[in-house]
Amino acid sequence: MVWQLATVRAVRQETPRVKTITLELPGWSPHRPGQHYDIRLTAPDGYQAQRSYSIASEPERVGEIDLTVEWIENGEVSSYLHDVVALDDRLEVRGPIGGYFVWTAEMGGPLLLVGGGSGVVPLMAMLRHRAAVGSSVPARLLYSSRTPEDVIYAAELERLSRQPGGVEVFHTLTRSQPPGWKGYARRIDRAMLAEVLQPLGMQAQAFICGPTLLVENVADHLVQLGLPPSNIRTERFGPTGGPS
Amino acid sequence: MSDSFFSRGFTGRRREPENAKRVPPGQYITPDFPVLSAGPTQHVPLDQWNFRIEGLVRQPVQWSWQEFNQLPSQTFTVDIHCVTKWSKLDTRWEGVSVDTLLENVEIDPQAGFVTAFSYGGYTTNLPLADLTGGRAFVAYNYAGQPLAPEHGGPARLVVPHLYFWKSAKWVTGLRLMDADRRGFWEALGYHDRGDPWKEERYQGD
Repeated sequence: MVWQLATVRAVRQETPRVKTITLELPGWSPHRPGQHYDIRLTAPDGYQAQRSYSIASEPERVGEIDLTVEWIENGEVSSYLHDVVALDDRLEVRGPIGGYFVWTAEMGGPLLLVGGGSGVVPLMAMLRHRAAVGSSVPARLLYSSRTPEDVIYAAELERLSRQPGGVEVFHTLTRSQPPGWKGYARRIDRAMLAEVLQPLGMQAQAFICGPTLLVENVADHLVQLGLPPSNIRTERFGPTGGPS
Repeated sequence: MSDSFFSRGFTGRRREPENAKRVPPGQYITPDFPVLSAGPTQHVPLDQWNFRIEGLVRQPVQWSWQEFNQLPSQTFTVDIHCVTKWSKLDTRWEGVSVDTLLENVEIDPQAGFVTAFSYGGYTTNLPLADLTGGRAFVAYNYAGQPLAPEHGGPARLVVPHLYFWKSAKWVTGLRLMDADRRGFWEALGYHDRGDPWKEERYQGD
């Protein structure tokens, strides 16, 4: 897989901590939703740093990709992407990478997507793809954010959910909620998962992405609720928060 | 790609000089221990756990948890490198060297490759030579504690000189073979050997 020089065509602030960078790729090839690209930064003295970022866009968009990047405190690459990168800059990238945490419409469903924070990014690629190809596979997204301001793609998710046969979106806001909030207001737990999973049934294909603890808990709960482990695909990020 | 390209305005966070030599290209040091698995964490009851060596051996061998814990164990302090770019220095493990395990079988001279296989169906392929000579072990303790399920407990293979997906979590056996057969991630595009110092991340690297 070769490195290529992508050009930054757009930068969009999604939330106070999250930006989307649109990259035009000279060697674009269609990805499968859920895959990622590697970014490699090189300093003038040859020092390099690499990180992986999930693709947010659908493969039906030819020639370019969106990468949605959360700003991480002391993040060597994310802080560069947030604070330095500007339009027309070039970035060295390679991809698409990863072949298990992927969903395309022909894989069918029903689809249960569970995301925490920026873990929604690869799930969004799946939902954009689902909409782009007019798939009728039933789909539900359970999306955990801290506050209303932290919800990435809020307006687009709202729009997708209003389309006929659109994805059903369930937000949970764990830290603060707007006045009159009718959605969930706690960390994802088994009762919440049971409610969201129930209409989809045990044939559901589950994709879970988010911080390690959230993914561990959700995957364990779904197994306890009866979903076959082989139907559960996970992508974890971030520290464990403990020495073990 | 081009040797002359550098990223405008990027200087990077330099490593401590004493650690720089221990970190392969493209990796960064983390004090945490990230968890990466393709699916749910396996929870294997110890009374059902076993470990076996099969394939190109004269007589396959199998150990229960109790038997495995009676094998001579060693402690290992090693640096580990995950293909997702993090490295962790001086991780401390206790377990049984693969050399010790292989002393219990008579290996067919045709055997040159191994599939490590796990509870939950995970597999990974390795050259047999990467598992011998004191370079690989099956660990059941980490940092003085029983290895947690999310990190691969009850026991995981640890092959520290290769990317960490080769260090199969929830490992339950080794199958010796005459040819290299791709495991789970390798069939999905990851490298057959996975040497972090050569940056063998993906097929073709």
